[in-house]
Amino acid sequence: MSQVGLDHAASIPQQARPILLSVQELQVWFELRRFGFGHAGYVHAVDGVSFDLAEGEAVAIVGESGCGKSSLMKAILGLYKPTSGRILFQGQDIHQFSKERKRWYHSRVGYVQQDPFGALPPFMPVRRILEEPLIISGVKNKNERMERIRKSMEEVKLSPVEDFIEKYPHMLSGGQQQRVVIARAMITEPKLLVADEPVSMLDASVRVEILKLLRALQERHNLSVIYITHDLSTVSYFSERIFVMYAGRLIEKAPVHRLIDHPAHPYTQALLTGTSEPDARNALSYKEVPPGEPPSLVKPPQGCRFHPRCVRMIGGECDVNEPPEFTVADRHTVSCWLYK
Amino acid sequence: MQTEPFLSVRGLKLYFRTRAGEVQAVDGVDFDLDRNRAVVILGESGCGKTSLAKAILRLLPRNISCYSGSILLKNRDVMTLTEEEFRRSVRWVQMSLVPQAAMNALNPVIRVGEQVAEPAIIHLGASKREAMEMAGNMFQLVGVPIDFLTRYPFELSGGMRQRAAIAMALITSPSLIILDEPTSALDVLTQANIFNVLKRLKKELGLSFILITHDIATSSELADEVAVMYAGQIIETADASAFFTEPLHPYSQKLMASVPRLRQRTELDFIVGRPPSLINPPKGCRFAARCPFRFEKCAEDPPAFRRDGRQVKCWLYA
Repeated sequence: MSQVGLDHAASIPQQARPILLSVQELQVWFELRRFGFGHAGYVHAVDGVSFDLAEGEAVAIVGESGCGKSSLMKAILGLYKPTSGRILFQGQDIHQFSKERKRWYHSRVGYVQQDPFGALPPFMPVRRILEEPLIISGVKNKNERMERIRKSMEEVKLSPVEDFIEKYPHMLSGGQQQRVVIARAMITEPKLLVADEPVSMLDASVRVEILKLLRALQERHNLSVIYITHDLSTVSYFSERIFVMYAGRLIEKAPVHRLIDHPAHPYTQALLTGTSEPDARNALSYKEVPPGEPPSLVKPPQGCRFHPRCVRMIGGECDVNEPPEFTVADRHTVSCWLYK
Repeated sequence: MQTEPFLSVRGLKLYFRTRAGEVQAVDGVDFDLDRNRAVVILGESGCGKTSLAKAILRLLPRNISCYSGSILLKNRDVMTLTEEEFRRSVRWVQMSLVPQAAMNALNPVIRVGEQVAEPAIIHLGASKREAMEMAGNMFQLVGVPIDFLTRYPFELSGGMRQRAAIAMALITSPSLIILDEPTSALDVLTQANIFNVLKRLKKELGLSFILITHDIATSSELADEVAVMYAGQIIETADASAFFTEPLHPYSQKLMASVPRLRQRTELDFIVGRPPSLINPPKGCRFAARCPFRFEKCAEDPPAFRRDGRQVKCWLYA
């Protein structure tokens, strides 16, 4: 048993939970054009990503800006069309859906944006913001809509409801705005919640409140959650598995505590080294982190995409051949030639 | 050889006039900083920490209703200087600022090198050629390739632009640099690299730093001392090692308990409620309304109590 100290839902055996979302060999490329026409290459934003997400499972996708995590998320939300590969929701390909069916899918998937103020329309009161998804998903009865608005506001602890329902976003604090965003995502009772850096714009003390709220919602509604972040220190508080993303690919997948205690990929190890803990001894030493920056996604490096920055690069292997997924432990895979 | 601290701030106040009333953004701040030391000013948004940076550098907007106190820099009270004297002999000459989101504040249509060189031309009277040469040296110091001098800001990544902003603050060789949230918009590895640069500068050039941030975990990368700010006041000052192991003020304790940690499996805590408005702050202790240890005494404003070389503005330590 390698999973030490795994808490909450992770202890439920895998096979007991049906697969909700399955991403298979997904590629999302954007074409670059020269002078408005004429092909000038592709941005390989997502380049061969596969994973399964069980019902009620929370996973975190960790990566730096520009690694393609937002493109992956938008493909899952059905906003970007995959260049190739499939995304199956309850076994059905979401990009084959009819218009009607797509609307249904959008009510099954909630989206929590990074910047709550930017995500809320400034000229709508909270009531109107929360009513809109209900109208779109076809809740005709006005009383029923109001009932559900109240219920969801209470659920995200925007209570007493009367104090908030007629307020405009700018009248709310950052934490309250993020609660409205979460209420809006939850109001159609989705099965899957995609949260894109939901706490990175918030203050330390509010951050924890929102993370706890998300975890409570996840447990109460048996939600599947995809939590996208660049901050490793928050993931262990509510995800079961972590996927580490680098230059358009998932390079390591493992249960949270397994990954934190035994990171396999040199990039993951660097990320963990780079993450600070509040400790005065930090000021006494330099951090051993790789120099340089993630590669351009227009022409990613041949072989392993991390090899130009990697201290353990194997010449003739890493810079030539792309590493496949190697299994290093139960449910722990890594794309790195060191583990051949 | 000198016993007086390098920088000594006493009773610093900065109030703004707004339509809603007077905002007491900085309300009686005291702290000291020695040469070649770094103090971290920790606080949440709206606690007045950026206003404090601006007050120290006298970068003030027009709606000021009160600006008082003393700022002793190398034993000279810079508050008594006229604006022109301050500009000539203090700002950017002795202390400079890396403002919040500096990397996004570079002029997009001017080459990075020219922007970094500009303070040298203005404050040191260097010729353009000399200034560019100095900018080149600064780029080497902060780890930006020299040929980036002739590039435009959009051609640089976030980390490189942040380094350029630091180079701009360094070029006039000041002895104190104020950093306002220097890495909050950057990725983990870039953040670690920037802190490596700052640590090296501190060691090699003997610089002093005031680091203003809300990010407690990364602040420990540079901190020698910590000052916690709440609602316009500094409520605790302590040595970094003492602070990070055992914060004294209830607010500091709550704040530390809310920091997510990689390996610790303790339950996270959060602070109920919101900081008070700075327009009409509460009379007594400003944290009292949210404090779990509140008692009668808290209705009065606590002075800063000394304890083991630390200072805490809390009646629990009376």
